[in-house]
Amino acid sequence: MKTVLVVTLGAAIVNNVVLSQFLGLCPFLGVSKRIKTAAGMGGAVIFVMTLASLVCSIIDKFILKPANLEYLNTIVFILVIAALVQFVEMFLKKNVKSLYNALGVYLPLITTNCAVLGIAIKNAQTGYNILLSTLNGTFTAVGFAIAIVIMAGIREKIEFNDYPESFKGQASVLIAAGLMAIAFFGFSGLI
Amino acid sequence: MNKPLERLYNGIIKENPTFVLMLGMCPTLAVTTSAINGIGMGLSTTVVLALSNLLISILRKVITDRIRVPSFIVVVASFVTMVQFLLQAYVPAIYSALGIYIPLIVVNCIILGRAESYASKNPPIPSLFDGIGMGLGFTCSITIIGAVRELIGSGTVFGLHLIPIKDVAAGTHGYIPVSIVVLAPGAFFVLGIIMAIINRVKLNNIKKGRKVYDTSGCKESCFGCPHSMICLNSSSENKIINSNKANE
Repeated sequence: MKTVLVVTLGAAIVNNVVLSQFLGLCPFLGVSKRIKTAAGMGGAVIFVMTLASLVCSIIDKFILKPANLEYLNTIVFILVIAALVQFVEMFLKKNVKSLYNALGVYLPLITTNCAVLGIAIKNAQTGYNILLSTLNGTFTAVGFAIAIVIMAGIREKIEFNDYPESFKGQASVLIAAGLMAIAFFGFSGLI
Repeated sequence: MNKPLERLYNGIIKENPTFVLMLGMCPTLAVTTSAINGIGMGLSTTVVLALSNLLISILRKVITDRIRVPSFIVVVASFVTMVQFLLQAYVPAIYSALGIYIPLIVVNCIILGRAESYASKNPPIPSLFDGIGMGLGFTCSITIIGAVRELIGSGTVFGLHLIPIKDVAAGTHGYIPVSIVVLAPGAFFVLGIIMAIINRVKLNNIKKGRKVYDTSGCKESCFGCPHSMICLNSSSENKIINSNKANE
């Protein structure tokens, strides 16, 4: 129970995937203009990352480890993730229309999200079992969703502020992210 | 200027992946805690970029259009695995400092972006030099960022003490390192300020009527555009908003 709590809290808040590990920055900077799209992206990442961590840890445990092929994990994981995202997209389109309408457009963007591959490799390196890997994946993605929604909220506000022209666009977003990272530093005493 | 030289110039100055195209932001922020880490990451990426560009360019007539992205990923991932083992064997210090960001070179958008937009359409030799140029451009920029962060954050560059550091125990006066700059928030601040400086230069150039390289690069559609994820003008987000409207 204690391990579970440490893994979930650590993944979601203390070692926030965007603000302290720098994974998944592209969508964090690119799709955080509006709270609605940011929340959609967050939801899609939670969905894909949970599935991807589960599938990758199963493959790692039952195929790569017994065959002593751990060194192939980068190649195998990236292909599995790419295939999985395609498959999920097709499955949702055919069977779960409402979920597809909500998440569909974000799914192709997630294949290039380095956080998904990063977490799969991290799970394999840390040696988490299947349950812990899946939990780690889910709560890392929850941390991503928290960060991107807060960022979108900040950006909706600063849009109307008067700041130097040089800081328009990415620069102001990065400074705001830096301040958020300082705030998240406060959580580091939690575990 | 002949072709290979022109590609090198293009990668290092004209289309510098970090400062001009703004690609590959994750490693740029994550590993630039010191100049030496920046060089390590930059050179590893350069090797992968050059070799994968070369191989993809050789195979460009064999790989059909429909399976190109998975094939590119396999090529890149194989080279990344090789580089990972080489680093682990010969420079274990760099290997452990870069950690998880070495396997993540696979998803670095610079590499797939170059494969897609250059190597898959051009002959091997220019592609090789395009990879080397882009890689060296990336190396230079992240080494500069690393050096700046290391200098402000711990008062050293490449581990050399350039300015005297204040030491209370020894009673010496000097510079007090701002350690937040080498921590996570500092990465965002330093890059944010660098971007603002670049914007400033660009705005000046526009005012003076000079030609400015268009970072958005929106010539055709956003499909397959390496910038689509980070493009602030239109692309991904507007597409999402539009398709949301269509769904409603």
